[in-house]
Amino acid sequence: MDSRIDFYPTHQHGAYRLRPGRVSPFGTTLVPGGVNFAISSGHATSCTLVLFEKDAPEPLVEIPFPPSFRIGNAWCMIVFDLDCERIEYGYRMEGPWDPGAGHRFDASKILLDPYAKAIGGRTVWGQPPDWNNKFPHRGRLIFDDFDWEDDRPLETPLADLVIYELHTRSFTAHPSAGVKHPGTFAGLIAKIPYFKELGVNCVELMPIFEFDEFENSRPNPVTGETMYNYWGYSTVGFFAPKAGYAATGPFGMEVDELKNLIKELHRNGIEVMLDVVFNHTAEGNERGPTLSFRGIDNQTYYMLTPEGYYYNFSGCGNTLNCNSPVVRNMVLDCLRYWAAEYHIDGFRFDLASILGRAPSGAPLSNPPLLESLAFDPVLAKCKLVAEAWDAGGLYQVGSFPAYGRWAEWNGKYRDDIRRFLKGDDAMVPVMAERIQGSPDLYGWNERGPTASINFITCHDGFTLHDLFAYNDKHNDANGEQNRDGGNDNHSWNCGVEGETDDPQVNALRQRMSKNALAILLMSHGIPMLLMGDELGRTQRGNNNTYSHDNDLNWVDWTLRERNVELFNFTRQMIALRKAHPLLRAGEFFGTNGSPADIIWHGTRAWKADWSDASRALACMLRERQAGQDGNTTPVLYMAINSFWDALSFELPELPKCYHWHLFANTSLPAPDDIHQPGQEIALEEDLQSFLVGGRALVILIGRPRP
Amino acid sequence: MSIEVEAFPRDGTTVVAVAGEIDGSSAPSLHDKILPLLQADCAVVLDLAGVSYMSSAGLRMLLLLYRKATANHGRVALAGLAESIRDTMEITGFLKFFTVASSVEEALATLKEG
Repeated sequence: MDSRIDFYPTHQHGAYRLRPGRVSPFGTTLVPGGVNFAISSGHATSCTLVLFEKDAPEPLVEIPFPPSFRIGNAWCMIVFDLDCERIEYGYRMEGPWDPGAGHRFDASKILLDPYAKAIGGRTVWGQPPDWNNKFPHRGRLIFDDFDWEDDRPLETPLADLVIYELHTRSFTAHPSAGVKHPGTFAGLIAKIPYFKELGVNCVELMPIFEFDEFENSRPNPVTGETMYNYWGYSTVGFFAPKAGYAATGPFGMEVDELKNLIKELHRNGIEVMLDVVFNHTAEGNERGPTLSFRGIDNQTYYMLTPEGYYYNFSGCGNTLNCNSPVVRNMVLDCLRYWAAEYHIDGFRFDLASILGRAPSGAPLSNPPLLESLAFDPVLAKCKLVAEAWDAGGLYQVGSFPAYGRWAEWNGKYRDDIRRFLKGDDAMVPVMAERIQGSPDLYGWNERGPTASINFITCHDGFTLHDLFAYNDKHNDANGEQNRDGGNDNHSWNCGVEGETDDPQVNALRQRMSKNALAILLMSHGIPMLLMGDELGRTQRGNNNTYSHDNDLNWVDWTLRERNVELFNFTRQMIALRKAHPLLRAGEFFGTNGSPADIIWHGTRAWKADWSDASRALACMLRERQAGQDGNTTPVLYMAINSFWDALSFELPELPKCYHWHLFANTSLPAPDDIHQPGQEIALEEDLQSFLVGGRALVILIGRPRP
Repeated sequence: MSIEVEAFPRDGTTVVAVAGEIDGSSAPSLHDKILPLLQADCAVVLDLAGVSYMSSAGLRMLLLLYRKATANHGRVALAGLAESIRDTMEITGFLKFFTVASSVEEALATLKEG
C-alpha cells in the first residue's frame, strides 16, 4: 500500500518527476516508484545527474540537482518511473580548475559514481571499446534482492584456513578447463569439486572489482598480441563486480552470478577472500583519464604534493588518500557492503601500508582507517590481511598496525623458506622461526601465529615450478627488455635453466616442489597456495605476468593428469593438516596456555645444529600430555635435509607405547612419497634413526599401535 | 515490448502459455495477468516456450510469482525454457528455486506426483 507521503513526486524536470532524496546511503537505492541518487563532493559548486539509455552514445536527459536537493556537501534526488534495467547514469560536477590547489573540475566530463554497484562499458571481456565514448564506465542500477536463503559468511577459524589464491579468468580460460563458461564466475562454480578434492577451504580471488582490461593496453612488441591490464590491480569502481568476469555480464546479471558463486562455495565449506586494491585508482596521474574521483573531488580522493601533483606510493601513478575522513568512510562503506551484501569472508589489502599513510604521505603510528576497519562491527568476523608494504619503500612485515585483528602476507616467510630450500648458509635458525609461525615477527602486541599468512609463491613472482626451474626471470614477453619484475627471487634451477628432458633434473625439481609444499603445510600460521602450483603450472620463467591473457597465466588442466603425483602429494599434505590440530595452532607453542611444544632436533635428537654451515633441521610437535593418562594424541616429526647428500637423522624418543609411522618421504617416487593420513606405514619397532635423502624431507607420525 | 498470455485448463491443472520478451517494461503487466491464476492450492504450468528473452527483472518477477503461489500452497512448474534463459538461471542461482520440466507433459506429470 502506498501509505507514505514521500512516495510522491514534488518536482518536475521535463518529463521526469522528482523529489528530494535521502543523503544516505551514497550511490543508488531503489525506493518505491523510483531511484534515490546520492553523491557528495567537498569542493564542487553544482551537480547534474546524467541519464543514458543503456549503451547509447548521447545522454537521455541531464537533470541538475535543484538547490534545495543539496544538504551540506551531498546532493540527493529521487527520480521516479525509471526502468532500472535500461538506465545508465553518471554525474557532471562544476567547480574550480586549479591544479596547484588540487582541484581539477571539468564539467565537460561525465563522471562515474564512486558508489556505483554495477558498471557497464566492459561487460564482455576483451571486447575492444569505442575509444570515443564520452562516458566509458557507466553506473548501472541493480536489484539488491538476491535470495541468500540461510547463507552467511562461514567464520572458519583463521587457524584452520588453507587459502588458495586464484585469478578468476585464468583459472578456467584455458580450453582444457572443460567448463561451459570459460574465464568466468560461473566457470569457478564448475571447479568447486576440484577445490574440494584438493582440500582448500578458502579461495582468495585476485581483483574482481570493476577494472578496465584496456587500461594502458598495447600490442606486444614481440608477439603482436594485445597486452592488457590483465590481473586487474587498478580499480575503476570499488562497489561493482568485474562485469567481464560474469558469463551473464552482457545481461547485467554479474551481481547475481557472483553472489551465486559465493553461495555455492559457502555451501561447500569454502570461504571467499577478496584481494582489494585501495591504494590507487585507474585514473593514473595528471596525464590519465578523468573517469570519476578526479572530477568529483580530486583534492579529497588523492594524496597530492604541495604543488598539486600526484604522490605515487603505489607505483601506478596516483595514491588514494585513504586517511582523509571522506575516503576512509568510502573504504569502510565499501567493505561493509561486500561483507553484508556479498557475504565475503575476508579481505586481502594490496599494498596495505599505503592505508597507514597520512594525506601528506607520512606513515602514521595510529592510522584511523586501519583502526576503523579493525573495530568495525559489520567486519568483526571478517579476515583482514595486509600486504604489509608499499611501492614507496614502507615495509611493515611484523610491524603493521594490527589492533589484534590484522594478519599479514609474510614476505619474510617466502624469502626465508626459498633460501633455505636452495641451500643458502645460515638459514637454520630463521627456519625455526618461520616453521613455528614467526614468533620473531608476531610474538608481541597480542599477535600470534595466525597473524602470519605463510606463502612461498603468489601471483607476484615465480610459480612453484618455475622457482626450481629458473635462476633468473625471463620477462621478455612483457615487452620491457626484461627490466620489469623482481630480481630477488631466491630461486634455483636445479642445474639447467628452463625446461629440460633430463630425468634427474626433473626428479629433483619435483622433489623441491614437494619439500616446499610440505614445509608450507607443516608450518604454523595460515598456508596460502598459488593457483596451479599443485599441478606444476609454469609461466616459462616469467615472474611478472600481469598483462598476458594467454597460457602464461591460464591454468592448463591437462597438467592434472601429467602431474598427478604432485597433485596427490599436495592433497595429502592438506589432509594431514586437517587431521592434526597440532598443525593449526592459534598460539605459539611453548608459551603460557599452549598445550603443546615444538621441539627442535638436528641429525642428532634434541640437538639442532644452528651453525651457519648447517642445512638440516628437524622438529617435533607434541602435546605435553601425549602418552599419559589415556592421551593418545599423535606426535608429528619432520626432518628437512637441504644438504645435497643423504643424512641420517637420529629420532627422538617417543612416549611409551608410541611407534613411528612414515607419512611422507620426498626422496621416494609415488606412490611411496606420501600416504593417506591415518594409513601411514608402520616402521620397525625401536627405530633409532632415519636416513633422509639429499634435498629431501621426511614426515613421521608417532602414535600407539592398535 | 508486447507480451501475450494465454491460460487454459488441462488435466486438472492450468497451463499458462507466455509469448514475447520479459523485461523491466513487460514484467509488471505479466505479473498482474498471471497472479490471479495462482489461487490457493492451484497447480499451474508456466509454459515459456514462446519466451525468447528474459531479463533480470523478468527472472525476479517469475520468482516473485512462484513464491506467492507456494505461500498459498500452490504448485508451479516451468516448462519450455529456452536454453539461453535456462543457462542464465542456472548460473545466477535462480533455477534451483523452481520446479523445472523440459516439456508441458513432463511438467504435468511432475505436478501430479507432487
